[in-house]
Amino acid sequence: MDQALFQYVLRLGDDGLILGQRLSEWTGHAPSVEVDLSLANMALDLIGQATHFLHYAGQIEGQGRDGDALAFRRDVMDFGNCVLVEQPNGDFAQTMARQFLFSTWQKMLLERLIGSKDELIASVAAKSVKEVTYHQELSEEWVVRLGDGTAESHRRMAAGLDWMWRFIPELFEMDSVGEEMLARGIGADPASFRADYDRKLLAVLDQATLEAPKDQRPILGGRRGHHSEHLGHLLCAMQFLPRTYPDAKW
Amino acid sequence: MSKDWPLWEVFVRSKGGLSHRHVGSVHAPDGEIAIRHARDTYTRRMEGVSLWVVPSASIIASDPADDGPMFEPAEDKIYRHPTFYDIPDGITHI
Repeated sequence: MDQALFQYVLRLGDDGLILGQRLSEWTGHAPSVEVDLSLANMALDLIGQATHFLHYAGQIEGQGRDGDALAFRRDVMDFGNCVLVEQPNGDFAQTMARQFLFSTWQKMLLERLIGSKDELIASVAAKSVKEVTYHQELSEEWVVRLGDGTAESHRRMAAGLDWMWRFIPELFEMDSVGEEMLARGIGADPASFRADYDRKLLAVLDQATLEAPKDQRPILGGRRGHHSEHLGHLLCAMQFLPRTYPDAKW
Repeated sequence: MSKDWPLWEVFVRSKGGLSHRHVGSVHAPDGEIAIRHARDTYTRRMEGVSLWVVPSASIIASDPADDGPMFEPAEDKIYRHPTFYDIPDGITHI
């Protein structure tokens, strides 16, 4: 088995799966019916991307596991998503802070993965980058509106960013999997867009009349299966049905 | 929250060459977010290629109490319908 490719594709899939599951928790609870639809649409986009990547990961592994098996029958230590996407929704501002930090990064990553030597990664990236461009724009607009809104929305937006800020360094971390994928022309080097990312964040925060949170101790390790306490709870809700009723059909 | 937001009327152009048609309304704090909400509410199944939003408060509507003088005089003017022409064979979409 191509272990590095398996891990790399799994990480791409897990990012989308976990953030999609988080966003879907808003369904029926969003501040308005229009926002409810926006969040559900984003969740569906991300779960669609995850479906492609996880099915592909199953094929690379060659042990008979499909995307569903990887999504619903793995334990928390086997997930390779970044710690940012598993963070709790909090209020709407905290959810938008998470979305803005992630989508801005994901868009820059996918733009590079379009040129991947791996055909499936390249084609999913080309399809997904349009969806993610929209997620990026929408979350950016909300960061600006909440930051530059009322005293209460400003306070909440600042608190949401403050919660999420320590998870940024992990997005730019490289390890042996990333290095190998880069060397083989399959993966992208996140360091190549770190400066663009920081510039974008600061420009949007400036427009939102917000200050960048002070640097905090970074939280790393999601790619190696070291997750925050929140992921286990998320998986409980997501995996309960297929684990209780294996192979259930509609 | 949505009750604090103004209402916007949404118009969708379903494909190039057709006119925008009214499809419904959304709440949003401003025009740009209204376009986003309209996109997420009314074009998620490929219904459109272009969107307009207009503040509902900008619509000037006819008064239902004036229905008589507004619309009834047209009722007996059947000669205004182009139904007195013979349409040649082979002409479609009329």
